[in-house]
Amino acid sequence: MRVWWELARRTFRRYSTYRAATLGGLIPNVMFGYLRAYVLLAVVVQAGAVGGFDGRDVVTYSFATQALIVPIAIFSAGGSSIDLAERIRTGDVVVDLYRPIDFQAYWLAQDLGRAAQGFVTRGLASFVSGFLVFSLVVPTSVSGAAAAAVVLVLAVLVSFGFRYLVALGSFWLLDDRGLTLIGGVLAMFLSGFLVPVTFFPDWLQTVAAASPFPAMVQLPVEVFLGHHGPAGVARVVATQLGWFALLVVAGRRLGASAMRKVVVQGG
Amino acid sequence: MADTVLDDRSAVGPIRRNAHLFRHLAGARIRSDLQYRASLALFTVGTLVITGLDFVAIAVLFVQVPALAGWSLAEVAFLYGTAGVSFGLADMAVGSIEKVSERIRRGTFDILLLRPAGTLLQVVTDEFALRRIGKVLQPAAVLVYAVLRLDLGWSVRTVTLTVVMVVAGAFIAGALWVVTASATFWTVEGREAANAVTYGGSALTQYPLPLYGEVVRSLAFVIPIAFVSYLPSLEVLGKVDPLGVPVALRYASPLIAVASVAVATMTWRFAVRHYRSTGS
Repeated sequence: MRVWWELARRTFRRYSTYRAATLGGLIPNVMFGYLRAYVLLAVVVQAGAVGGFDGRDVVTYSFATQALIVPIAIFSAGGSSIDLAERIRTGDVVVDLYRPIDFQAYWLAQDLGRAAQGFVTRGLASFVSGFLVFSLVVPTSVSGAAAAAVVLVLAVLVSFGFRYLVALGSFWLLDDRGLTLIGGVLAMFLSGFLVPVTFFPDWLQTVAAASPFPAMVQLPVEVFLGHHGPAGVARVVATQLGWFALLVVAGRRLGASAMRKVVVQGG
Repeated sequence: MADTVLDDRSAVGPIRRNAHLFRHLAGARIRSDLQYRASLALFTVGTLVITGLDFVAIAVLFVQVPALAGWSLAEVAFLYGTAGVSFGLADMAVGSIEKVSERIRRGTFDILLLRPAGTLLQVVTDEFALRRIGKVLQPAAVLVYAVLRLDLGWSVRTVTLTVVMVVAGAFIAGALWVVTASATFWTVEGREAANAVTYGGSALTQYPLPLYGEVVRSLAFVIPIAFVSYLPSLEVLGKVDPLGVPVALRYASPLIAVASVAVATMTWRFAVRHYRSTGS
């Protein structure tokens, strides 16, 4: 247990040293937060509330999704957020495989550290920037805040599950760029990051619901906005846990076959 | 000695020289890119699909509303398409300047100062990539869609306005790239800020300006991306401008383009001179 905590903590500290990147990354976060807020606001002003989202909701949505960029690693599904793919490419992964700890859990612990650091710095800062112009929605009760925290952590877990799978693809493909790109695009679109899933036409909402992506962004933000009562929150948590379990199992299966492959090749 | 372009010492000499060199250097990159024809084709297709989703995200919004800030989907598509082609062309021509901060970090920028060609020219041809044509093709496709959907009676006037708008817009966007890249000479965070301005600016032009709040709108005039697509489009599409901008400004994009290029060249020269003198 101690090992995981230490891994996460050290990764947190490692990412804290990239101060320039954090600060610099904040600028596009704020900018896009505002741009998308205005666009979504225009839609709601025109059409009235959409899918239960009113003006304040969509504006908050825009900043909340920007805050999630780093923790959920939307733009780097499998890419830079998990060094795994890189280490497979260079062969350094062999060192990781020799370690006496569970391979998948090893990467998960690090990812949690990374996500925590990103959220606490860039995430919170970019969300708060919205308050300069807008009156954002925030949880108003302790239970609301607690629910939001829980679904946030679960969202990171689901996202890790997916990104780990994509990264494992490097064992076969060696070049992860194509897979990362596709994974990233799918994630961005179907998670509700670009446009809330509730804005999608019905058929597209069905497609999204059949994927793990909304569990990474749309659902947690809905809980944050307070759109779900206790039963609804329970359902969201169940959905997230379900996807996480599925992705973890898939990750372990894929990891096992990757390891067989590595051994067979005498690598 | 034969009187070649390189020996031309007249006033336009430098321009002719640079244009000549650009064609050769970029041509060399293109020829090398074309060696990997399949990879180029795949990447282009991939880029098209991915950037295609960019417009789909906009189109999805129109499932909920018939118009945004008084602009229909076809009109927004026109805005998106013209601005997109402008930014795409600029990206293809000078987009590789983003890599300059990487060069500085690695210390490989200095070698460019030793070569007889201007640094700006070298930097933009260095990573010239034909495959970036995907960034032009996608908005072009959206533009075609817009033209087909819009029920405009196209006249010589509106077609000329559109062509001028796209070309001028490309120069403004290119200037923006150069100016923001110049900022990376000074700060480490400069690159992220630079990307925010160029890609943020490009995203801004996808929607009609009145949509945004005051601060964003004022920025769009200073930067000056309002002139890339929104203002000229008002003329082409014959729309009323709720912002009350003087009508003359709708035709100002060529002038703004010239001014932008001037500012960009000066900024770049200043940045390089400063970089040299600090001896980093």
